[in-house]
Amino acid sequence: MSSWAEMGGQVAAAEAFVLTALCVILVIDVFLTDRSRWLTYVLSLLTLAGAAYMTVRYGVAFADDPILQARVTAFDGMYIADPMGDVLKLFAYGTVAVAFLYSREYLQRRGLFKGEYFILGLVALLGVMVMISAGSLLTVYLGVELLSLSLYAMVAFDRESGIAAESAMKYFVLGAISSGTLLYGFSIVYGLTGTLQLDELAVGVREVGAANLGLIFGLAFIIVGIAFKFGAVPFHMWVPDVYHGAPTPVTLFIGSAPKIASFVLAIRVLAEGLDAMVASWQDMLIVLAVLSMLIGNVVAIAQTNLKRMLAYSTISHVGFILLGILAGTTEGYRASMFYTLTYVITTVGSFGMILLLSRSGFEADRLEDFKGLNRRSPWFAAIMMMLMFSTAGVPPFIGFWAKLAVIGAVLDVGLAWLAAVAVVLSVIAAFYYLRVVKLMYFDDPTDGHAIEAGGTFRALLSANGVAVLALGVFPSALIDLCARVLP
Amino acid sequence: MQLDWPILSILIWLPIAGGVVMLALGDRSAALGRWVALLTTAVTFGISTLLWVHFDTTTALMQFTEQHDWIPSLHSYYSLGVDGIAMPLILLTTFITPLVVIASWTVIEKKPAQYYAAFLILEGLMIGVFAALDGLLFYVLWEAMLIPMFIIIGIWGGPRRVYATIKFFLYTFLGSVLMLVSLIYLYLQTCDNGQCSYAIADFYDLPLGLNQQILIFLSFLVAFAVKVPMWPVHTWLPDAHVEAPTGGSVILAAIMLKMGGYGFLRFSLPITPDASDTLDWLVISLSLIAVVYIGFVALVQQDMKKLIAYSSIAHMGFVTLGSFLTFELMSVNGDTRGAAMGIDGAMVQMISHGLISGALFFCVGVLYDRVHSREISSYGGVVNTMPIFATFAVLFALANSGLPATSGFVGEFLVIVASFRADFWYAFLAGLTLILGAAYTLWMVKRVIFGEVANENVAALTDVNFREFVVLGVLAVAVLLLGLWPAPLLEVMRPTVENLVQQITASKL
Repeated sequence: MSSWAEMGGQVAAAEAFVLTALCVILVIDVFLTDRSRWLTYVLSLLTLAGAAYMTVRYGVAFADDPILQARVTAFDGMYIADPMGDVLKLFAYGTVAVAFLYSREYLQRRGLFKGEYFILGLVALLGVMVMISAGSLLTVYLGVELLSLSLYAMVAFDRESGIAAESAMKYFVLGAISSGTLLYGFSIVYGLTGTLQLDELAVGVREVGAANLGLIFGLAFIIVGIAFKFGAVPFHMWVPDVYHGAPTPVTLFIGSAPKIASFVLAIRVLAEGLDAMVASWQDMLIVLAVLSMLIGNVVAIAQTNLKRMLAYSTISHVGFILLGILAGTTEGYRASMFYTLTYVITTVGSFGMILLLSRSGFEADRLEDFKGLNRRSPWFAAIMMMLMFSTAGVPPFIGFWAKLAVIGAVLDVGLAWLAAVAVVLSVIAAFYYLRVVKLMYFDDPTDGHAIEAGGTFRALLSANGVAVLALGVFPSALIDLCARVLP
Repeated sequence: MQLDWPILSILIWLPIAGGVVMLALGDRSAALGRWVALLTTAVTFGISTLLWVHFDTTTALMQFTEQHDWIPSLHSYYSLGVDGIAMPLILLTTFITPLVVIASWTVIEKKPAQYYAAFLILEGLMIGVFAALDGLLFYVLWEAMLIPMFIIIGIWGGPRRVYATIKFFLYTFLGSVLMLVSLIYLYLQTCDNGQCSYAIADFYDLPLGLNQQILIFLSFLVAFAVKVPMWPVHTWLPDAHVEAPTGGSVILAAIMLKMGGYGFLRFSLPITPDASDTLDWLVISLSLIAVVYIGFVALVQQDMKKLIAYSSIAHMGFVTLGSFLTFELMSVNGDTRGAAMGIDGAMVQMISHGLISGALFFCVGVLYDRVHSREISSYGGVVNTMPIFATFAVLFALANSGLPATSGFVGEFLVIVASFRADFWYAFLAGLTLILGAAYTLWMVKRVIFGEVANENVAALTDVNFREFVVLGVLAVAVLLLGLWPAPLLEVMRPTVENLVQQITASKL
């Protein structure tokens, strides 16, 4: 039995820290009363800060020596640390922290300020981290399940809510099937190549031959599993129900860090493990991407509930993320990573707006709740407008650069028709985002209540909105970051 | 003589900064806000006149250039500069915007700070569009411009404003996204050529096959045709104009439509000369349809703003016609003089139409503020109660119908002469506008201005106040000045236009 350090465990310091911390918080939380529950909240945030420190200190992305900024494996290749992973982890900590900060007041007002939300959130984050650093199909699966199981529980964590229980049930049943499908695909690939390790798999696939029918069969199952986790059409059925049914802080959570995980799942398995089969998965992903952009955008038009609308909008954004991946080039992966990060930044803000307008006993999740916001609060109307234009891909906001990047990647591999389809569908998308702006600016308010949110929340949400503009005017830093970690 | 300070950046960012200040001030100090808006736009205009003063009329090179790193990984720069085509359009922008601010002085009651801020930000973005030398920068500004206009029509517009503004946004957005695909494609081509670049000038030198050119040309055509607008993608314009507040209509007609014409000259013609040559019949036919058919449509309008909107479409037909005559002229007898004349005419027409249509929308605004109706039938005999106003209105109406000694004449005349050199029938159809334009404009004038006082609303009208007098007076002077003495404008454009003709007649194949 070799020691933790001998297996190269220090690169996994952040994971070890989060696991330890969340066990400690779990124990502490048991002894807390509702009055002192804030301790769980503070400790959770401190855990995230500590994890960020560990990643910067022991990770590879920020090593002083550029030569050290390379891929390191540990635990016999089960675990990978690479610059892309470290950057994604830092973003995951950031979004989880923002999700916690946005959610506190909402949860307190509804008597939901329990330890479960934070602890399950940290477990989900651990799942995301394991997926990011997965070096073998088994580790991938471990991460997927860790994330999924905590998300199922989070969706149901408002015990009083029937609709939340219903959507959690749906999510669980469908999620279990998709995990099974993913695992089945892994087993076929393992049977044919004899390895679970991603780097060996890449070699093994070439030996078996990328056109091997059995491998393609296995690949199809893996793609179904990935598409489900992403919420790509036709495996998107759970997305609107879960987004709508879950308490808004949970929806916010599901819309953020897990998207990073889905992206990394596709990168690790498809781009690293099965890269030789690019011709096969490219075709499959094209179908998924086009359908997602089409169905997502068209159905979003018909929604009256903002959470549902954002769910369909997410489906269409997944289509765009897949566009970058299916290009099968480094530029494409960079573009996809950039798109994912951009998506997370704007989505967190959009759900933050719903939380901002919600009060005790009132859920501001219908589109009409945004009516006349410009009269009630010009500043937050402007923030929401920027978020909406950014998600629609209108410059000068960050969402535009994300679209530009993936469309460039698709054009670069000669799929001009796909680029044209994507941009035309994004015009359809513009319609329903404009409708939100219309409600806020052109209609009269029906709701005279003042906004209740506190100072921290307001400041953070403002920063979130301004970031969408600032990163849109100066996108260089984020683009370069993605380029640096995916050489 | 060039300036050693970044004049173009100041022209772009000063109004935007002013807009942000207005937003920060909010509606609590509306009076102060108006003065901030007026001061900002006036100073911007003042600074922009230096462009004219220091402009070197002997070269076709870009002047007042600036270049800074923006997105190094995409080889995109914050790169600005103007030539003889862009500079007059920037002056038009800076000239019209203060007038819009003055014209809305007391009219806007709902959220005045946001109203002025939207116009100021819009001004900065529009100047940026004309000054951008980088394809990506151009596109960002071009699209960003839609946001303030969307807000302006949507908040301060008429009863059907929501429909109109969403239609406006989606139409123009749909038009431009395909242009984005083309710009990225061109960028990737420059990479294949060894030097990645988004610079528009580098796109000019790019060798492109005919099929590539045709696809790129068509995507540009959609983007610019929607903006101009050309028949049959013009339907957003009457809606947007009718519902927009006066200031919005003025900016839309005077400046935003010019972006389409500018785009043809800056992108379509020089980047895809062979495709333009192959498909010039398409643009010429669409332009002639706009001139003739839309002229008839204008004739039957009951709504004054709609009538002027249709008249704008017909007049912008001359811009596209003049730009694309080049190829006909060159293929007939290598007539470079005629080709240059067509483009000159297109440019003069853009400036002149900017002044005249803007002025006409101001006139409608003056009446609307008093009677709150845009229907022609609500008026009659306005001259009896508003003699000064009637004088201005008749002057602008005559200019709109192309009366010699007004700016409206110069552009149309140049384009008609150029089309005579190409083909008699082009000239004949284009010449019909002199009859149609006079018919629809003067008929409207007759019904609104002349005759007996029609009803008590008209009887109760008061003549223009000092503020309105200033706006209309300044525009009248500009219209007459450009009509009587267009030489300085032509002088400024000449090297650029000659260079452009050379560029677009050299095949890329």
